[in-house]
Amino acid sequence: MALTLQNVSKRVGADIHIRDVSLHLETGSLNVLLGPTLSGKTSLMRLMAGLDKPTEGDVLVDGESVVGMAVQKRNVAMVYQQFINYPTLSVYENIASPMRVAGADKATIDAKVREAAELLKLGDLLDRTPLHLSGGQQQRTALARALVKGADLVLLDEPLANLDYKLREELRVELPKIFARTGAVFVYATTEPHEALLLGGKTATLSEGRITQFGTTIDVYNRPADLITASTFSDPPMNLVPMVKAQGMMSFGGGSVAVPSSAQDLADGAYKVGIRPHHLLLHRPEGSALEVQAAVSTTEITGSESFIHVESDGERWVALTHGVHRVEIGDRIPVYLDPSAFFVFDAADRLVAAPSGLR
Amino acid sequence: MMSSQTSKRSFKWLIPTIYIIFLMLPIYWLINMSFKTNQEILSTFTLFPAEPTLRNYAVIFSDASWYSGYINSMIYVGLNTVISVSVALPAAYAFSRYRFLGDKHLFFWLLTNRMAPPAVFALPFFQLYSAFGLIDTHIAVALAHCLFNVPLAVWILEGFMSGVPKEIDETAYLDGYSFPKFFVKIFVPLIASGIGVAAFFCFMFSWVELLIARTLTVTAAKPIAATMTRTVSASGLDWGVLAAAGVLTIIPGALVIYFVRNYIAKGFALGRV
Repeated sequence: MALTLQNVSKRVGADIHIRDVSLHLETGSLNVLLGPTLSGKTSLMRLMAGLDKPTEGDVLVDGESVVGMAVQKRNVAMVYQQFINYPTLSVYENIASPMRVAGADKATIDAKVREAAELLKLGDLLDRTPLHLSGGQQQRTALARALVKGADLVLLDEPLANLDYKLREELRVELPKIFARTGAVFVYATTEPHEALLLGGKTATLSEGRITQFGTTIDVYNRPADLITASTFSDPPMNLVPMVKAQGMMSFGGGSVAVPSSAQDLADGAYKVGIRPHHLLLHRPEGSALEVQAAVSTTEITGSESFIHVESDGERWVALTHGVHRVEIGDRIPVYLDPSAFFVFDAADRLVAAPSGLR
Repeated sequence: MMSSQTSKRSFKWLIPTIYIIFLMLPIYWLINMSFKTNQEILSTFTLFPAEPTLRNYAVIFSDASWYSGYINSMIYVGLNTVISVSVALPAAYAFSRYRFLGDKHLFFWLLTNRMAPPAVFALPFFQLYSAFGLIDTHIAVALAHCLFNVPLAVWILEGFMSGVPKEIDETAYLDGYSFPKFFVKIFVPLIASGIGVAAFFCFMFSWVELLIARTLTVTAAKPIAATMTRTVSASGLDWGVLAAAGVLTIIPGALVIYFVRNYIAKGFALGRV
């Protein structure tokens, strides 16, 4: 089954939740919707599921419009960020419920429920009711229910957001594999760029109800079409450096550096240069780099990595470095901008030059 | 230090005890009277029945004009509870799940029906039911009591239903449940305690309501409370029987309270806990 959205918009009162979205999702594909909260991920999924009707545009399944079709007939499974199960039914009945409604025979139901429970490590919990489970177990119950349904379209709306770290790591690896076997169109919404990268497949970045870019995850990451996509697909946000290109040099503040090869053909003028936090260096790299004096405003140490927030010429940047760095707040330190990692955006925020290779 | 603590502690149980004694005294006195003879009630003051007798209860259970009052009351109260809850369920679902023009006003207007004294409605009801020949039927009283029980049930059930996330509805639809199937199999069990509380309140208000019930009935559907007010005869009041009747009117309410006691607090908060 292929799902197509044609110029879909959704307005609720005066608020525009989705603006003119067109997407084509292939059979058996893994698609990530990436965007901050309130960017319209859930709204878009509800439109895909048929829970909401688009104000404008059309939703097509294999070329046929499904707008206005009852959700019961759509063969869609959806898992919410909140753990949604039927509290009065046991875990077994929760997982079995879509098959029971469909009228499957007992033996099939039993086999499928036990298989799904095995996959999602719910084997020992089948007799309990969801309210007696931990959050992770509740969410796995919801996922198992989505799995047994054998839906053509599986929508997971930030399914791991409310889970603890370890479970998240585990399930994130397992989920695409589990659902890939079913051949369904798989849509996964997340706010975290690294989750999109780990899942792979294709990514659509959302901002304020618009799809800013849709393509292979790695392509979107490597060549974000514009500034909004780049900042959506970067956590912590991409650092922006206003630079002026003139006579083969890019300059900021007092310093300048040779224009990177990718940007050599650009006309002289003002550009915005994006640098991912792990390319804002605290030590001089080999090769040329632009050295900028910056004042440390905050440091966050996460264990193996440190985020160092700096300020220079009114610009605020974040450097992600390995290991624990001891810098005092207020210190003036040199930071180095590696030109080979420059994302160059023009005045209209469109990408005009990107680093070659995965950065 | 020790003495002040003990005196504090003594206050702690004293006040509630006094309060409970004041509350329970009339009920105790009613029960006490119901086991006494008329002569003892009228002539002496005794804390316990001197010669305990079951005559008063025997009168009620053997005299049709007495026990039919109970049967009538139970029939219309039962009818009313069933009608109120089954009408309120879909209404409450609509209020909790859908936004429509004037929904909040309508919800408030429903409640205002509870604010008017029943006496206001007694006359129009009497006229209306006479016109349809419904006077002195159980269904007449049951329907009339819907006036204040349906809004109450809607109000209580709406609170319980709003406590159920809308996503459960949607998940059920996605799983393939039709609306009626979802409502009966998934939703109603989820708000079972709310339905219990709503039914209890409907039962209680219908059980204690006297004015409309008496206005709309003559003999065939006469409620027990009306029977009790009409016992003054030429031979004077039969105190003992009246007390026994009073005790018997308390029992059904007490029984129902016992079964829903765990949900009552939530019910008073209208599910908004």
